[in-house]
Amino acid sequence: MSSPKTLYDKIIDRHRILSLGGTEGAGERLLLYIDRTVLNEYTSPQAFSGLRDAGRKLWRPAASLGVVDHVNSTAPVHGEGTVDDGARRQIEYLIENGRDFGIEIFDVLDPRQGIEHVVMPELGLVLPGMVIAAGDSHSTTYGAFGVVGFGIGTSDIEHLLASQTLVYRRLKTMRVTIDGDLAPGVTAKDVIMEVIRRIGADGAAGHAVEFAGKAIDAMGVEARMTICNMAVECGARVALTAPDDKVTDYIAACPRAPSPTMLDRARDIWQALRSDAGARFDAELFVAAGDVPPMVSWGTSPDQALAITDRVPDPADLPAERREDANRAITYMGLAPRMALQDIAIDRAFIGSCTNARLSDIRDAARILRGRKVAPGVRAMISPGSSTVRREAEQEGLDRIFRDAGFEWRQSGCSLCLAMNDDMLAPGERCASSTNRNFEGRQGIGGRTHLMSPAMVAAAAVTGKLADVRAFAVQEPL
Amino acid sequence: MERFLRLSGGVAAMPGANIDTDVIMPKAFLKGIDRSGLADGLFHDLRFDAAGARRNDFILNRPGMTDTRFLLAGPNFGCGSSREHAVWGMLQYGIRAIAGTSFGAIFSDNAANNGLLLLTLPGSDIALLSDMLDDGAGQWTIDLEQERIEIADRIIRFDVDPAARQALMLGLDRIGETLTHAAHIRAFEQAYFASNPWLAGPAGG
Ligand code: SF4
Repeated sequence: MSSPKTLYDKIIDRHRILSLGGTEGAGERLLLYIDRTVLNEYTSPQAFSGLRDAGRKLWRPAASLGVVDHVNSTAPVHGEGTVDDGARRQIEYLIENGRDFGIEIFDVLDPRQGIEHVVMPELGLVLPGMVIAAGDSHSTTYGAFGVVGFGIGTSDIEHLLASQTLVYRRLKTMRVTIDGDLAPGVTAKDVIMEVIRRIGADGAAGHAVEFAGKAIDAMGVEARMTICNMAVECGARVALTAPDDKVTDYIAACPRAPSPTMLDRARDIWQALRSDAGARFDAELFVAAGDVPPMVSWGTSPDQALAITDRVPDPADLPAERREDANRAITYMGLAPRMALQDIAIDRAFIGSCTNARLSDIRDAARILRGRKVAPGVRAMISPGSSTVRREAEQEGLDRIFRDAGFEWRQSGCSLCLAMNDDMLAPGERCASSTNRNFEGRQGIGGRTHLMSPAMVAAAAVTGKLADVRAFAVQEPL
Repeated sequence: MERFLRLSGGVAAMPGANIDTDVIMPKAFLKGIDRSGLADGLFHDLRFDAAGARRNDFILNRPGMTDTRFLLAGPNFGCGSSREHAVWGMLQYGIRAIAGTSFGAIFSDNAANNGLLLLTLPGSDIALLSDMLDDGAGQWTIDLEQERIEIADRIIRFDVDPAARQALMLGLDRIGETLTHAAHIRAFEQAYFASNPWLAGPAGG
């Protein structure tokens, strides 16, 4: 019998066309087959120009889908927002490239438009055992389906489009076991923020990280997507969970799922997609699920985060090598050392992004918001992860809960997650945000971002300050 | 891609941890459909204040820093977004190599694809290189063939991946290279779809 293998290595083995050098195992260079990709308007243009200049065609146009998501306005009524000339040109070029190269494109007004990492899974295009590489770092999201998903730059997009392959270096593996049960009020977002806090912004660099354990098994597919999505913020190049029946059931309900007969055949093969007992990982981390609190970030790197009940750190108490970064972050964020996180007043609240804008996230926030109002002086908005999610939420009446509470119910897109559109913070504005990056200027020059779960954003919006969701009596949304 | 053999020029230290690609190339410069104009965007919000005035305290803006070809970076440099614009901007600005203890993974791949040399060195070497600078600035010669950084009469050795090194020294066309394996790719695809027939369908339905 061959030696026990990790899930990651099994998937890479199934996609290895040829070895290009190096020994087997981590570090091996190989030509890797890529099943699918998704293209957006801002990282793909130069790839298409490169193909045009070299007179190259796409290897397999049917393996690609294009979605407009980063630069479009999410104004509540389509057409009312502003789209600058550069953005308009990028959208037009994506459409033109779709036409010329034979790729299906979801334009702004397409009923299936949305954030690429929300659209791909909800269509049923993400299937266990695949390798999906795309021009966006959060392509790790697909790992929730037992997929090796990773972000690539524009040159590699061009390479992929021309050959359906990438020159790939096999990663080391890490397993993060989240054992036990999560406490009430604690979500997948809190789990991944705690993992990032513990191991740091580069703690999983060079690794494919498999998330396992009872708490992961108990989670829904969307919660696992949140974890795999944000794992990139601790340097993970790939994040994975083993596919189970929840995954197969999720796929079966999607509009472009394989036919029921095909799904039956696939199910047997997908069942083998798990790490063998005794498989060796290069690194291991254990987290007791019950110890994970609701988390918020206080700084400008996703690992600068703490329990909501905690205080802003005093840089003087930190190890020397972290002191300067902490000082800089506290200054940028306009905070004082040792102030209670729950004393931090906010100007804005945002629910959206590929991390936390799927239907389950919107339901979580609605449970907090029902019958409550956004605090005076806070501007709150929600941009559902896709136009499909938006419609489904409306069918459940969730939009009413948000509107009644004082939230803007916006169209779908990346929106305030990166402010490449007309949603942005003014300098100095502070936002409770369900997104994934609190980098300086991420939500607008001088803007200040506190990352947290959607329910925590709702709690902060209502309180006017960062708040502990556990203090809120939870009501069912409907 | 421009070949890299041996190069001399100025070095600037940027020691902060986790300098992300949003900082290296702010979103205002991501609205193009070509690769031009990105030298202006490099570290834009560190080089210029909100009113557009030069920040004279930022290292690249200091007097005498006119020929900066190298950076000495802090840990996890280039983390975050996949935007290759960050690497294009570096090269257009004139930066050809960055030394540090660790780099963002996608940034590393983008650098390799464009001929920006990343040198991953042990913390002790980075500390030594940092000590040899004068207030964060200095002069280096990087010799890729010999795999060494030369600073006055000192030499720091480095190791780069042989494949990446060869590509940098020869300026290879990676796609053309891969397409020499076209027959292999076709054969793989055939067998793969035969055993996973549900994958053969188009992503578009
Ligand atoms: S929602 Fe944010 S993180 Fe996700 S793809 Fe859009 S910009 Fe990137």
